[in-house]
Amino acid sequence: MDKIVTLKNLTYQYRDTDDRLALEDVSLSIEAGEWVAIIGPNGSGKSTLAKTINGLIVPDKGEVKVGDLPLTEENLWKIREKVGMVFQNPDNQFVGSTVQDDVAFGLENLAVPRKEMVERVHSAIQKVKMDSFMEREPARLSGGQKQRVAIAGVVALRPDLIILDEATSMLDPQGRKEVIQTVKEIKEQENLTVISITHDIDEAALANRIFVMRAGHLIEEGTPAEIFANGDNLVHMGLDLPFPEKLKSALSRNGLSVPDTYLTDEGMVEWLWTLLSKK
Amino acid sequence: MDKLIFGRYIPGTSWIHRLDPRAKLLATMFFIIIIFLANNWQTYLLLLLFTLLAVKLTDIKFSFFINGVKPMIWLILFTVVLQVLFTSGGETYFQWGPIMVTSQGLLNGVFIFCRFVLIIFMSTLLTLTTMPLSLTDAIEYLLRPLTKLKVPVYEIALMLSIALRFVPTLMDETEKIMNAQRARGVDFGEGNIFQQMKAIVPLLIPLFVSSFNRAEELATAMEARGYQGGEGRTKYRQLHWQTSDTIVMLTFAVLTGALIFLRN
Repeated sequence: MDKIVTLKNLTYQYRDTDDRLALEDVSLSIEAGEWVAIIGPNGSGKSTLAKTINGLIVPDKGEVKVGDLPLTEENLWKIREKVGMVFQNPDNQFVGSTVQDDVAFGLENLAVPRKEMVERVHSAIQKVKMDSFMEREPARLSGGQKQRVAIAGVVALRPDLIILDEATSMLDPQGRKEVIQTVKEIKEQENLTVISITHDIDEAALANRIFVMRAGHLIEEGTPAEIFANGDNLVHMGLDLPFPEKLKSALSRNGLSVPDTYLTDEGMVEWLWTLLSKK
Repeated sequence: MDKLIFGRYIPGTSWIHRLDPRAKLLATMFFIIIIFLANNWQTYLLLLLFTLLAVKLTDIKFSFFINGVKPMIWLILFTVVLQVLFTSGGETYFQWGPIMVTSQGLLNGVFIFCRFVLIIFMSTLLTLTTMPLSLTDAIEYLLRPLTKLKVPVYEIALMLSIALRFVPTLMDETEKIMNAQRARGVDFGEGNIFQQMKAIVPLLIPLFVSSFNRAEELATAMEARGYQGGEGRTKYRQLHWQTSDTIVMLTFAVLTGALIFLRN
């Protein structure tokens, strides 16, 4: 498969006076069509990493490549067309005065002709199921709805890659579920690559691969099953334990021998009932 | 803030609502200019009838327009009283030193009152029937010739529309900070003027700082979505000039003619 993002030996420091680097020698590559989660405690460099991918931050050292385009001055805007980003605060990324204006904003920037723009705006809004809110102002939308509009704004640009920079962290559980569901559906339909930066365990569990960062370093990389098998070490990585893991450690504290491998919800149910039926 | 009628939009589908915002903006500005043509009772009567007709066409309750006048009422009365007391001419009813009440003064007072009320009615009509957003579009369109003079019209329009879009968001935030500071013991709107001013500081500074953060995040988000400046963008919103807009313009031309004919 094609590599959509290749990062080589990235190093970055915000201010010369900072006592440590925000990113230190980070290398990774992501394949087209993957869903990747980047996790880690606050200040581990996750957002900085995400911003280097579309050139919002230029690394001090190292190489960034999106598709076959290396990140350079000339390629910057071409790369931004390929990479859509959804940020954390739903209010501070809403540029337009109404839902449809906001979705159209990116298209206006690319000088898409108006006829095509109208079409793309409508279909993007339909994809995030906000059709009945076209004329609404941001002040009258919930946080989750605003994030869905932000996703529509990105989808209308038809990117190859969507980066969710803690896009669900300011939402309530309901809004979070809606937003993740929306991204998941759109990913399937358009065959996109998704990079989600998150503290949310359910969101991380959706990924094909998880990267774990700490203090500017990439410390671990693997499938959710591999990462979640770390059990209690996850807490040190800045993540909560997934529910089956919590249940497992509670059971083992009560003297039951539990499997070492990571189990999904279904796997846990399966294991529990086989265990009980053996007795 | 809820009492503030100025700048409030009331959704509707009346004939006036559906007019092009450019036509409405031009007409209102034009009205404010031609109102100074009026100088006798016939002309004022004509303008009054014209305004009432326009108000009728909006399908908005008359009380909204009255509410628009209310905050200005002291200024209006002050001006009217000055006019009445210090204008000479016509029949004198009362005199005491430089202060006098004359028939000319009374007439002037009434005219000034009408002038204020008509201007406020017309501008209220504009803001009540036009979405702030369409107004920005209209302003952008009308300023467009200035691009030749190197005035950054697109940037001004973007600034206007972002400012408008953030008004409710910032109002909410102000409310939140006020409540947060109240919960920590700050008394707003109490004590003498100095204490009141001092109490504003814990509201203003956090609001200022958070605006900076907002600005930075918004700029990042805009850049990430490909914003490279006003040049070479297409526009999603478009304005449509219709026959009814031309009719409005013609009506104003006729009105001006009538005013010039009727004035002394």
